[in-house]
Amino acid sequence: MGQFIQQLINGLTLGAVYGLIALGYTMVYGIIGMINFAHGDIYMVSAIISVTALTLMSAFGISSVPLVLALVLIIAIAFTSVYGWAVERTAYRPLRNASRLAPLISAIGMSIFLQNMVQVTQGARVKPVPTLMPGGIELFTHAGFSVHLAYTQIMICVITVVLMVAFTGLITRTSFGRQQRACEQDRTMASLLGIDVDKTISYTFMLGAALAAVAGVMVTVYYGVVDFSIGFVAGIKAFTAAVLGGVGSLPGAMLGGVLIGLIESYWSAYLSPEYKDVATFAILILVLMFRPSGLLGRPEVEKV
Amino acid sequence: MSMLTMTGVHAHYGAIHALRGVDLTVEQGEIVTLIGANGAGKSTLMMTLFGQPKASEGSIQFQGQNLLKVSTHQIARQGIALVPEGRRIFQRMTVLENLQMGSSFADPVHYQDDLQRMYQMFPILAQRLTQRAGTLSGGEQQMLAIARALMSRPQLLLLDEPSLGLAPLYIRQVFRIIKELNETWGMTILLVEQNAHHALRVAHRGYVLQHGAIVLAGTGKDLLENPQVRAAYLESGAHA
Repeated sequence: MGQFIQQLINGLTLGAVYGLIALGYTMVYGIIGMINFAHGDIYMVSAIISVTALTLMSAFGISSVPLVLALVLIIAIAFTSVYGWAVERTAYRPLRNASRLAPLISAIGMSIFLQNMVQVTQGARVKPVPTLMPGGIELFTHAGFSVHLAYTQIMICVITVVLMVAFTGLITRTSFGRQQRACEQDRTMASLLGIDVDKTISYTFMLGAALAAVAGVMVTVYYGVVDFSIGFVAGIKAFTAAVLGGVGSLPGAMLGGVLIGLIESYWSAYLSPEYKDVATFAILILVLMFRPSGLLGRPEVEKV
Repeated sequence: MSMLTMTGVHAHYGAIHALRGVDLTVEQGEIVTLIGANGAGKSTLMMTLFGQPKASEGSIQFQGQNLLKVSTHQIARQGIALVPEGRRIFQRMTVLENLQMGSSFADPVHYQDDLQRMYQMFPILAQRLTQRAGTLSGGEQQMLAIARALMSRPQLLLLDEPSLGLAPLYIRQVFRIIKELNETWGMTILLVEQNAHHALRVAHRGYVLQHGAIVLAGTGKDLLENPQVRAAYLESGAHA
């Protein structure tokens, strides 16, 4: 019982991170119909940026935790959005009218490029950061197992929920959100109504990168160690989350993220921590085989 | 000065030479119709105004401005609105959101008034504001597409086959709306139609497009009585 609850907490925390990254996959897929395989590396870049930012803050002697967190978030979001914009501008936009395979290959190239760039400029070693928010709350003890809720976990869940609510509002209620959805449904028609499609696509990439940036900061604070390679596995897991929820569906990405987080944490606890990745990727294969439109996605048949 | 002047416009759709030197003018306050068979290049002509595809030769002037150097979304913001073939409403948005999309770049001062006018002109839309546009019937979707275009407060309204695939009741309504827009709002309209009979009756002037070139031009009345037009587009063609 105690362990079950503990894994629920851990799984939700992990799921929040996957969900935030998955949103970026799903938004980009929605608007230009490609899987941005460099998205996981955007998240890694954000984690590295937040390590640098955290180190700088402690060098400047800024020690108030909320202030440090806010500053790190702002810095990471700002820089990572620029990365998101630049990736689209250089690797995908020139291929907008090419065959579907071309931008996909370009994305894989961009992913390798980002990893290597970080490895060369930052070094390959794991970067530790001091614990920003130590401690937590002991919820209860059951049969000798104490259930623990870390402050970092609370922070991650609260920030994620706030972000997802704000993000949903942005997409469903604002004029930018409307234009974004219009480009998703019919790019030509959107441009005939005066919408600058290229700009909307750029903003979409920046928005996806900003959400991944938040995930990167949270993971840095949560685990305390990052390196240049964390983007690959996290990216593929978030991709699995997006597929499970239904690629193109925003609520689906959030739901998929939480489910993947929970599955991973229960699998590690009750079956085998070494094989937790197998669980995730088995789900990816099963979803693709039996329900390619995902849990909340719409079937691919569209009227012309 | 004409509102719209096309001079010697050529355009290609892939390997197809779709427009072969089109000359066409639209004056302020006119309804001009473009008739022609399937594949004559009518829709291409309209899309070429928006630079999709770009004209490969010739010139296109709108209100004295050269449109050839302007990108599609900028052209739309100049005051040209298109009701495209097949309507292309945003199916997964609500009716209201579709109307809001139309007004994206119009002066927000007029938004509420314009919306009220649309409800008056298209009462059916007012009843379905929160409904997903994809669930509307074909005729209702056509009304929505026209309303969406009008929400951008255009100076020139382009209608591409607005009666295509509609029930006779809606066809009559579409042509009534075209007349009303022109007579009471002073809207300038360029109308592409296969339904030549209806189109020529409502239009001040008309052009006949054949294989990407204008072969005949004149007032709506003249063209209606022209034996060639009668033979090619009226007697054999389906008209409701």
